[in-house]
Amino acid sequence: MTMSAISVAIENVSRRGFLRGMLATGSLVIAAEFLPARAALAYATGADKFSGGVVSDPHVFVSIDPSGVVTIIAHRAEMGTGSRTSLPMVVADELDADWTRVRVKQSPGDEKKYGNQNTDGSRSLRHFVQPMRQCGAAARRMLEIAAAAQWAVDLAEVQAQNHEVVHKPSGRKLGYGDLAAAASALPTPPSDQIKLKDEADFRYLGKGNVPIVDLFDITTGRAIYGIDAKLPGMKYAAVARPPVLGGKLASYDATAAMKVPGVEKIVVIEGTLPPAKFQPLGGVAVVAANTWAAIKGREALVVHWDDGPHGGYDSAVYESQLKNTASQPGKTARNDGDVDKALASAAKTLTAEYYVPALAHASMEPPTATARLADGKCEVWAPVQSPGEVQDELVQKFGLKRADVTVNVTLLGGGFGRKSKCDFVLEAALLSQAMNGTPVKVQWTREDDLHNDYFHAASFERLDAGIDASGKVVAWRHRVVAPTIRSIFVADPKREQPGELSQGVIDVPFLIPNLRCESGEAEAHSRLGWFRSVRNIPHGFAIQSFVAEIAHALGRDPKDILIELIGPPRIFDPRKSPGAEGYTNYGEPVETFPFDTGRLRRVVEVAAEQAGWGRQLPPRHGLGIAAHRSFVSYVASVVEVAVDDKGKLTVPRIDTAIDCGFAANPERIRSQIEGAAAMGLSIAKYGEISFKNGRAQQNNFDGFQVARIDESPGVTHVHIIPATTAVPASGVGEPGLPPFTPALCNAIFAATGKRIRRLPIGDQLKS
Amino acid sequence: MVKLHVNGQEQGFDGDPSMPLLWYLRDELGLTGTKFGCGAALCGACTVHVDGHAVRACITAIGDIDGRTVVTIEGLDPDGNHPVQKAWRVSNVPQCGYCQAGQIMQAAALLATNKNPSEVEIFSAMSGNICRCGCYQRITAAIKAAATGA
Repeated sequence: MTMSAISVAIENVSRRGFLRGMLATGSLVIAAEFLPARAALAYATGADKFSGGVVSDPHVFVSIDPSGVVTIIAHRAEMGTGSRTSLPMVVADELDADWTRVRVKQSPGDEKKYGNQNTDGSRSLRHFVQPMRQCGAAARRMLEIAAAAQWAVDLAEVQAQNHEVVHKPSGRKLGYGDLAAAASALPTPPSDQIKLKDEADFRYLGKGNVPIVDLFDITTGRAIYGIDAKLPGMKYAAVARPPVLGGKLASYDATAAMKVPGVEKIVVIEGTLPPAKFQPLGGVAVVAANTWAAIKGREALVVHWDDGPHGGYDSAVYESQLKNTASQPGKTARNDGDVDKALASAAKTLTAEYYVPALAHASMEPPTATARLADGKCEVWAPVQSPGEVQDELVQKFGLKRADVTVNVTLLGGGFGRKSKCDFVLEAALLSQAMNGTPVKVQWTREDDLHNDYFHAASFERLDAGIDASGKVVAWRHRVVAPTIRSIFVADPKREQPGELSQGVIDVPFLIPNLRCESGEAEAHSRLGWFRSVRNIPHGFAIQSFVAEIAHALGRDPKDILIELIGPPRIFDPRKSPGAEGYTNYGEPVETFPFDTGRLRRVVEVAAEQAGWGRQLPPRHGLGIAAHRSFVSYVASVVEVAVDDKGKLTVPRIDTAIDCGFAANPERIRSQIEGAAAMGLSIAKYGEISFKNGRAQQNNFDGFQVARIDESPGVTHVHIIPATTAVPASGVGEPGLPPFTPALCNAIFAATGKRIRRLPIGDQLKS
Repeated sequence: MVKLHVNGQEQGFDGDPSMPLLWYLRDELGLTGTKFGCGAALCGACTVHVDGHAVRACITAIGDIDGRTVVTIEGLDPDGNHPVQKAWRVSNVPQCGYCQAGQIMQAAALLATNKNPSEVEIFSAMSGNICRCGCYQRITAAIKAAATGA
């Protein structure tokens, strides 16, 4: 973060107005005449490359009222990962606040003020644990200075602890509430006077003793999600959208729809042809007095579409096209040694092809947004992962001033990447505009969600290995044939891009002298988008399945082969390989977040040891193992399965080891890993969106099934590799997913001898 | 005019009798704790109690429950301290939390008729309630804890 970026943040805070506003409500913000020159961060992250960068100023994030209640701003969206609790908890710990007297307030979108808010890429703790520590420590120092001044004693004699400042020689105490007014008038201390806590003094960090802030409200139905927004006079809308990518409205007849009681208006929404980024698909909206009338009205619409060039898309045909493409060389993305020669001269070769179909996010809360666009101003209430980008899009689409666009972020009923794309918010704003400023809530149904998602792209992957006479893997060729997410932003590049190939393919850490990665051509026929862990899903599945296949071919233990391929502990930099110079490392500097093969190896060993790898199992049980680095974290899973004689699959036990650096909130890390297992099981057993005539064929949770409680993993044991704050915190929300599915399928092979190369498993285990 | 008892209050509705209870609760009464997930009784996010039984509000037409008693998550306990709610908090069940009202209502209905369900009975009762975040192992633990008073 540069000083100039901090200056921008200052200019955009009307301090007098801010203070006045706080005074009016009887509280005082801890404000500063001068922002601190930010204490040098212990390590650099990629945060500065994101809009808004990082902000650590306590006057942005912390306020204390006279009764001592500390209010801390949560500036990242909450979709279930716990960041809305964990980041304020970081501030509270450095502030030495009593958590029972802390309130958390969600900020609206304003990246200049709060720093980056794009809650995506498993970045919240990774980018903000350091600045939030500084924020809390600066506020603590200001309270100490205020207390020392009030007592007229040396600053060295006072200490903030447990929500009060103590004068050590005399035992006098002042509560944080008593000091808030004086502290707010102080300049923020310079960086060299901001001292972070010693880890031994942490109250909450690393403990996992803080329940999520919304726990009571969630269990009593009071928590407010996007779907729960309600404004006076609000109307409700359902939209008929083109079912095919690039499709357009040909004609419609709303006669019957207008007869549905409660339906008030039909509005045509102009769509944007691809690449449309986050622009709405267009279609016909039914605006009504309540949600039910809007849904019924839409059912009564008669709509004809012009499907356009993707109207013939058939995913079964597509799969065979991808397979065919994978039989030919693709564009080289990494090229060590001479793979062709090594394969030709190998004592033994092995080839396998893997396919993962398109998937839908299917967050439990379908997309929904409420907007009011009137008098040159727009205000929205929505479950969005990136309120800053929503502001950008609204400013651009409606020609508004940024200051006139307010994005209120509700809780998200799941996100998984879907709610990074704000097409549904733009729909609501367009409809409010069409209704002359009346607020409108757009409600997607589950069918809408599954038909018009930004789908996780299908991927066909072919792997070839060459093994020498001594049983050593000497050649590795990985061809990926998949369309690219970039197709929603620019004219379709028709193959995975470097950032996508950096998710497991070109950063495969194996010590193999001849190693080539290729990206084959594949056109996008639907909207595509990032889905929790993104391309690591198919890449991890293919690579980690193939490792187990190699082990089987050699008659070796899969864990031993995995460890051998990873090789001795070393720092591995994919950029040093020819062709892989564009490796992206999840946007992080490799100096801070290098690929440390020793850490990958360690999670393999820990997961194996904790699972009792090699233990005696009942008949038709099997253990599988897989490991994958993603979002600069290291995860390995050992899955135990049982497959009965009718092919029914159960998962009695999972052991997952994660090395995510410093674990700020282990309790939420565990919940993320447990959840990743359930989502991975859904992908493995059922996950598929298929297409015919360009249309997604699954309509609801009957066609697009997800794992339920009676088939969910028995118990997921989570093993967090201990680390001090010196080890940079890395991703948690996504990295648990990629190794699960291959570990599961490797276990199925161990139990049954049946190798799953195409997902979902479906009926493949039925005998 | 359809009459209902909702969380202890008399309510009357003279609108479309085919309106699902879900949308009546949410849009007309402002009881937004009951959630929409599928509209087809496939996910359980909208689970409420009608005359003490767990039902899917998304497919229950208002006109079909004239005179019945409806309890939603907001009315399960006046202080939000039903044993299931408390157990949910002790077990730190929720992630995003969206499905949890439906899960809790389903679990409360189970425990009302079966004080000490086996794991198989828990699975059977709860298998209609999807949690996309995958909180299942904690849901199971919370129901067991609520049953035993642990």
